[in-house]
Amino acid sequence: MDTQQELPGRLARDLDGAFEALVRDHERLVFGLALRVVGNPADAEEVAQDTFERAYNALAGYPAERVAAMRLRPWLAQIALNLARNRLRRRPPPTRPLEDGDGGLPMLAAPTASDPAEVAERAQERDFWAELLACLPRGYREAVVLRHVEGLPYAEVAEVLDRPVGTVKTHVHRGVRLLRVELEARKERMQR
Amino acid sequence: MNRSDRDDDRWEVARELVQGLQGLRADPPANLRPAALERVGLADAFLTVDGPAGPLLVAYNGRGISATAPAADQAAFLERFQARFRRPLRPADRAPQRLVAQVERFLEPGRRGAPPRFDLRGVSAFERVVLAKAQEIPRGEVRPYAWVAGELGRPAAVRAVGAALGRNPIPVLIPCHRVVGSDGRLTGYAWGVPYKRTLLAAEGADPAELELLGRRGTRFLGSDTTRIYCYPTCHNARRITAPHQVRFRGAGEAGRAGYRPCLDCRPPSAAR
Repeated sequence: MDTQQELPGRLARDLDGAFEALVRDHERLVFGLALRVVGNPADAEEVAQDTFERAYNALAGYPAERVAAMRLRPWLAQIALNLARNRLRRRPPPTRPLEDGDGGLPMLAAPTASDPAEVAERAQERDFWAELLACLPRGYREAVVLRHVEGLPYAEVAEVLDRPVGTVKTHVHRGVRLLRVELEARKERMQR
Repeated sequence: MNRSDRDDDRWEVARELVQGLQGLRADPPANLRPAALERVGLADAFLTVDGPAGPLLVAYNGRGISATAPAADQAAFLERFQARFRRPLRPADRAPQRLVAQVERFLEPGRRGAPPRFDLRGVSAFERVVLAKAQEIPRGEVRPYAWVAGELGRPAAVRAVGAALGRNPIPVLIPCHRVVGSDGRLTGYAWGVPYKRTLLAAEGADPAELELLGRRGTRFLGSDTTRIYCYPTCHNARRITAPHQVRFRGAGEAGRAGYRPCLDCRPPSAAR
């Protein structure tokens, strides 16, 4: 991303002039991450708004050299993640997290084949994956979302979660394995 | 099923899994970006509230209310706003109920709600103190431009005060309409003198009475019992009953008659 390279410099020179570009370049990441943590679009939008407000106020207070040297993507992701976790703490979602290793994920309803609308089908499929993901323990889920939904490199995932890269890789792999096991089990059940 | 088939299946499932997860990347709502910019004061939204002289457009951002205009004037408002502030302005998609309630409570006659927060970026230091002074004038009362200048310790800056009030970005909510000519005439108002008249009448000042007094040369009203003189709209002046009311053409005349200025409305003293 070109703008990723030059944006910190532009923000350092002219925060107000460059801030819209910061929002444009990161709104998808910030909103998407919040959505996967808090679970509903309305709360996710609130979290995203709070994230950008906090980022603006922080940038306005930092010296220009510091702003120019910032890695914006992991920084914003970290703010969004913290705010989303706080919101979740105030209002926990109705999901049942699983422990690592034991059992499978809850059985999910198979998509009904009779549904004709492709749009509805795709939405249903997204719901399916979202539900699957929501059942992971939080530590794994956040790592999997950052790596595989938002596509961040491991180094940045580690920065966001404030953990060593090795630990983060382990969490992603364990999370994916849990999901895979459940997916296989589900497929077998459907084939029977 | 042999081992390598199972591995192939595993790989297939893993690939499906990763693709499924990638499909979860969500598009942010269209409203997110403009709303984020509004929060930090880089863009504004506007809504309509019931004003004392008709519906009022109120522009705001996360820093406070930034501008007002008569609702009949929407196109011109958008244009003027862009020209002055160079920020995007759009209709609010969901009116923030707290803000609407606060503004309407503030404007409600008789009640004294706390003023809403104002965003006065782009307003000079001098303009700010002039607007702050105008905010000290109670509802239903008026003061001359010269009073504002005198209160600010710059009695010669009467024209500058007029210009600063004329640039008030938030008329009605910042009551520049409560500043009038020394002779009681409602000189000058960005939205037209009839609007100013309606506003003052809605607040309980009597503009016609005020102009009449002014034409007759009356500047102050005194009470022969307290021997205090006031601006005619001062709440203390309104309590003077007709038999005890004394009219003065100036502070000098009041001073010579042995009257002192009211401490609430603070007319000039004879010594000045």
